[in-house]
Amino acid sequence: MTAKSSRREFLTRSVQGVALAATGGLVWSYLLQQQAQAAPHAIRPPGAHDESDFNAKCIKCGQCVRDCPFDTLKLAPAGDTVAIGTPYFIPREIPCYMCIDIPCVKACPTGALDPSLEVIEDSRMGLAVIDIENCLSWQGLRCEICHRECPVQNKAITVEHHPRKISKHAMFVPLVHSDACTGCGVCEKACPTQEAAIRVVQPELVQGMIGEHYRLGWTIDTPITQDFKPQKRTDDQAEPATGLDYLNQGDL
Amino acid sequence: MAVDNNTARVGPNGKIIRPFIMPADLPGKINVWRFIIYRRIVQLSTLLLFFGSAHWGWTVANEPVLIGNLSASTLLGAIPLADPFAVLQIFLTQHVLETEVIIGAGIILLIYASLGGRTWCSWVCPINMVADLSSWLRRRLPIKDRFILSRNVRYTVLALSLILSAITGVAAFEWVSPISMFHRELIFGIGMGWMAVLGVFIFDLFVLRDGWCGHLCPLGAFYALVGKVAPVRILFDSPSCTHCGECARVCPEPQVLNLKQATEVEMIASGECTNCGRCITVCPEDTLCFGLRWQSYTSNESSQNFESHQ
Repeated sequence: MTAKSSRREFLTRSVQGVALAATGGLVWSYLLQQQAQAAPHAIRPPGAHDESDFNAKCIKCGQCVRDCPFDTLKLAPAGDTVAIGTPYFIPREIPCYMCIDIPCVKACPTGALDPSLEVIEDSRMGLAVIDIENCLSWQGLRCEICHRECPVQNKAITVEHHPRKISKHAMFVPLVHSDACTGCGVCEKACPTQEAAIRVVQPELVQGMIGEHYRLGWTIDTPITQDFKPQKRTDDQAEPATGLDYLNQGDL
Repeated sequence: MAVDNNTARVGPNGKIIRPFIMPADLPGKINVWRFIIYRRIVQLSTLLLFFGSAHWGWTVANEPVLIGNLSASTLLGAIPLADPFAVLQIFLTQHVLETEVIIGAGIILLIYASLGGRTWCSWVCPINMVADLSSWLRRRLPIKDRFILSRNVRYTVLALSLILSAITGVAAFEWVSPISMFHRELIFGIGMGWMAVLGVFIFDLFVLRDGWCGHLCPLGAFYALVGKVAPVRILFDSPSCTHCGECARVCPEPQVLNLKQATEVEMIASGECTNCGRCITVCPEDTLCFGLRWQSYTSNESSQNFESHQ
């Protein structure tokens, strides 16, 4: 073999090798992407924040699963709907009972479950939402089981009265407050309807956002004096009136 | 042994080449199988310690014995252990890890850096039992090797798993590893992981001999690199060796039995050796034995056989 052809041979082989590795790498990364997005809305143990962050840091050792005293947590086997080997729970089967010492977070060796979570009430595993078409309270029955079972008592779920069409009797309906709901799922477990009418979901699936430019001046808990103060206009800043002040003209 | 000098083949050092003969009696057989038996005991008891701690509440001094799995675990409620390769992959995803898992990975790395990196492969890894079964069957079935793949492909897979971890942001091998899947599902509930195990079995049996463990597995490649420095090695006594080739026939990584190199350094120097001990028990001349790299070893057969031939 001449030096030239052996060099050509070497180059061809190198290119083939690199191409094979690249092909393998592409297929492999495709599989990883698929798997990582398997169930982006699974209900995770306390202290698991962002799903992609959690997916990266979880080493799939199952120590949180083993240390859960209520057998709430499961480790997803291959072929499950949840990303392989990661812990999750199904609230309707066994909810999180919010242990005050948070043993699952303590068991996590990698920090995929954030060790800075010290008060279980600060955890946000999900958010309970109510299907008012199937909620017994919304049919006018005095159910309110979710309210009574809720471990963040009278903060995460409150009972509000609500007029009931033309009836003289009011309805007492549960209302979930996202600032207190941990997503533990005790309400979902307790809901007496055939399919739970209150369910824990990932907040981003259901929660909207008003937008920072809205100032709700009439609500009690919106402190408008902090960063928004109505200022007196000086004359040179004054803009000419752009509309008719018809409400005050008295000839409606 | 009665040897007919006229027909006997003679090795390069003038010694008669004696074949390995399996002893007919059971104690003799058990002696030949001793490392396989030890390895199975170690593999199964590791698995049992994990399983017993998870399901039967095994404790020592009120602390669970071994909680977790081979990816990461806690020994006796205090000592963290972790798979250094998995930790390296997570590290490359650019996420900050807790010290606990880093200490655990350090401990395991230290253990395998002293015992021989791929001691993991043949003494602990659960897939080894599947691969060994496949290879045992293959030797008894008329399956020819039709497919050649360089054993260095594993280093490419190793590099790929590190690169992909950095690119995709998840631990690339951990998410597809049949080892983790198999072990995790044995302890935490069976899913589809057995399909990956079956895949390894079929691939090794019909496609490529020792295909997974000997050619592809990046964890094996990782430990092969770690094992280069290990003090525990298989020592080689070159004067007694007749180059009969019995060791290479049973070795799952025959390229490590580079006798020229072994003669120079008096040991099996390659990190790819899994310390399975098969070669030790089949060697008719007792040329090989476990030892530390600075020890020297002389076989009892060394002079004996040579003299009898004279």
